[in-house]
Amino acid sequence: MIKAILIFNNHGKPRLSKFYEHYNEDTEQQIIRETFHLVSKRDENVCNFLEGGLLIGGSDYKLIYRHYATLYFVFCVDSSESELGILDLIQVFVETLDKCFENVCELDLIFHVDKVHHILAEMVMGGMVLETNMNEIITQVDAQNKMEKSEVSASLKICYLDQIQ
Amino acid sequence: MSPSVPLQEMIRAIRSARTQCEERGVIQRECAAIRAQFRQTDNGGRSHNLAKLLYVHMLGYPAHFGQMECVRMIASPRYSEKRVGYLGAMMLLDEKQDASLLITNSIKNDLSHSNQYVQSLALCTLACMGSAEMCRDLAPEIDRLLRSSNSYIKKKAALCAVHIVRKVHDLGELFVPSARSLLSEKNHGVLHGAVVLITELCERSPETLERFRKTVPDLVQIMKGLVISGYSPDHDVAGVSDPFLQVRILRLLRILGRNNEAASDAMNDLLAQVATNTDSTKTVGNAVLYETVLTVLDIKSESGLRVLAVNILGRFLLNNDRNIRYIAMTSLQKIVLTDHNAVQRHRGTIVDCLKDQDASVKRRALELSLALVSASNIRSMMKELLIFLSSCPPELRAQAASGIFNAAERYAPSKRWHIDTILHVLTTAGGDVRDETVPNLIQLITNTSELHCYTVHKLYRALLTDISQQPLVQVACWCIGEYGDLLLKGECQETEAVQVTEDDVLDALEIVLQSHMSTPTTRGFALTATMKLSTRITDNVDRIRSIVSIYGSCIDVELQQRAVEYNALFKKYDHMRAAVLERMPVIQKNSLGQTNGELSEEPMKESQPGKVKQEETALPPQPAGQVVDLLDLLGGSQEPLQPGSSVAGSASTQLTAAPTSAGGDLLDLLGGFEPTPLAPAPTVTVYEKNGVTLTLSCEQQSESGLTVTLTASNSTDSDISGFTLQAAVPKSVQLQMRAPSTDCLPAHGGAKLTQLVVLNNPNKVNLKMRIRVSYTCQGSVVQDMVQVDSFPGL
Repeated sequence: MIKAILIFNNHGKPRLSKFYEHYNEDTEQQIIRETFHLVSKRDENVCNFLEGGLLIGGSDYKLIYRHYATLYFVFCVDSSESELGILDLIQVFVETLDKCFENVCELDLIFHVDKVHHILAEMVMGGMVLETNMNEIITQVDAQNKMEKSEVSASLKICYLDQIQ
Repeated sequence: MSPSVPLQEMIRAIRSARTQCEERGVIQRECAAIRAQFRQTDNGGRSHNLAKLLYVHMLGYPAHFGQMECVRMIASPRYSEKRVGYLGAMMLLDEKQDASLLITNSIKNDLSHSNQYVQSLALCTLACMGSAEMCRDLAPEIDRLLRSSNSYIKKKAALCAVHIVRKVHDLGELFVPSARSLLSEKNHGVLHGAVVLITELCERSPETLERFRKTVPDLVQIMKGLVISGYSPDHDVAGVSDPFLQVRILRLLRILGRNNEAASDAMNDLLAQVATNTDSTKTVGNAVLYETVLTVLDIKSESGLRVLAVNILGRFLLNNDRNIRYIAMTSLQKIVLTDHNAVQRHRGTIVDCLKDQDASVKRRALELSLALVSASNIRSMMKELLIFLSSCPPELRAQAASGIFNAAERYAPSKRWHIDTILHVLTTAGGDVRDETVPNLIQLITNTSELHCYTVHKLYRALLTDISQQPLVQVACWCIGEYGDLLLKGECQETEAVQVTEDDVLDALEIVLQSHMSTPTTRGFALTATMKLSTRITDNVDRIRSIVSIYGSCIDVELQQRAVEYNALFKKYDHMRAAVLERMPVIQKNSLGQTNGELSEEPMKESQPGKVKQEETALPPQPAGQVVDLLDLLGGSQEPLQPGSSVAGSASTQLTAAPTSAGGDLLDLLGGFEPTPLAPAPTVTVYEKNGVTLTLSCEQQSESGLTVTLTASNSTDSDISGFTLQAAVPKSVQLQMRAPSTDCLPAHGGAKLTQLVVLNNPNKVNLKMRIRVSYTCQGSVVQDMVQVDSFPGL
């Protein structure tokens, strides 16, 4: 099971934090800080698996992370997930983000954090991997966005019509 | 106009804040505005406000006031509001909040909504934060959705079912039939969900496992399809067809094939095929191979396949990619107990990984190396482990040190090697060893009498080089105190002789005493060692006397107490000093399994015999009759001894001699010291000789508690002084001796002496007591022993 998915930048500012188990707000912030602290100490050419966190870590849990330019993508998983599989999952996630926002960069994640949440919800649900086919994910996300947009424009039309009358 | 513009403006505002304080200000203003808007009735911008609140929540600011808004948004008919509402519910609500109950109805309605995306929102939220009650309510709905024709919904329903089963185990039964039918789906997403669901069901209940064994052929078929099929653009990841699904199926096959011949046979071919056909140049291929290897090793596979699997792991170990090496070691850890020899073959590579730069790899290598230590490779492995210890990262030190100790304990080829190893560890990582190390090492040293000379020389030299490692210094002080004479003799067969003078030794101990790096415990050790040396050396006794008297006014109460008592030993009881400070008896080695909590009290008692005194505050050191050589008392019976009030030096001897009895129930610390009145209960005379009479009476205080009063009187013509009593009781009985009322018995029965003994007999064993009487009469010391087998009034 995946316990948490965190994205933060090289200075530790959180860009996305999704917890699949409940912690209170202070603990969540502490976890982000502790994870950043552990992950930022790592060299460039060491392996992508980390153990030894205290708050969200423990004997059964590992942190699997990948560093892309200015962002760290960290998944905290327990032993029921395949470590190499999660590494690939991170890769698929980033590629999906890249397709959804053309050439994704950190600013995209900052200003469209809700969209990133919706994309992630199509991939991981309840701490378990849901869908790994990039095209399938993108299709669903696009359909949902279209639905949302059509609703907004419909309500705008109504407001406009009200105003005219 | 995209719906999130106001959110983006706020984000821009927050980012432009230059200090933390400014940012807090911006966020507080925004939160106030959001709160005000929540209180208003419906306006078009509700979803924006909640989105803003969620952003603020991610940054770490309180957002609980948004919970009710989430509930309202979820109930709204508009999709955009529902979307944000459900997202908010996942982030802000959990089972402990009352508001989460309110969304149960909305979720129920949305699960039957016509729009699949609304259904999926509800499923997603239920899977993330559904409480047990919600799961129970909605489980039938989920089961219905598992049978729907929409694969998008089916895959989400499958994972939702997994969450439900995790929350409420009994509901697993409900999903078994649907799970079975899902296996015939073509859609990979649904298949994936189905396999996860079946895995969860099988892990929870063995009966379900039995039923799902029949699906092994189907699973094998699906896998074959994935492995053999050519390139399929949909699910391809770097050349491997849907590796996620392959890994899941392999894991399920592992669970189904465990301990079952028939199922394992059905899988053998498939596993061989996967192992040989998968491309291992990319990470994905390795993920599948790794899972295959674990499966092969866990089921009852044929031997050829097992060899293949271990070879693949060996190849992984030699891979340049650190990730692969890490994974290989993780899997070797899982099989080291069952396939020990196979893993031993790779010992060299594993030991090399100890030197890798990567801390994660080092951690894995350390655990594996410790598991691979055996009697045949102990010497070479220990060399490597000690090198590792000197350069390892600080977070692994404690684990490495304790692992090394365990290994040395189990497989030490010789005592000398064992002692050397422990000393090496103490010098390199002394700060990270556990507390029991000091008494364990002392016990080991006393047991190795032939190496006392060697040990004390080595320790002395170690002490001279470095006094910062506290455990090492403590052991060194203790040894120098005990075996100082061997040190001064100068010659030693095992190591080169070094001429050490008495002054050198005392200098070393004084440095320890005065150093700011020494903890109070260490100082205590050093002071006692100095005192012991007073009988082992000849010339510098005055120097010792002066050191000891200086500490008589030390601020630390422990040291002061010791110093005062040692001073008394010099002044009033000089004739006893030799007896009090003689060599310790050999401590019986407790077997490994008996290290109980009490054993760790040993060092406390060892190093702080004065602690015993702290509870009695200013008890004057008890005079003669406390002949310390208790071996005959203990040798005769296997009962732990509870001493009466005693001198500090003798206390340490007695207390450490106590564990001599097998199983060493350690002593209760001496209790209070208020003199208690004589108990009027029935008395019996237990001892009568040479005019000295001892009577005993007892009173039952509680279920298992008993108070025994001993009364002594003297009917001879001369006064008796230094009268003391010591008592020993059976192992399971706890004994506490209170201070005696006096220690002098005037002649002709002028006054009586009483001493209270409190017993606790929780196991209700047959109560016996052995009492030793000692006193001085007319200048001669008399000692006697009596056994009491029956207690009056019991």
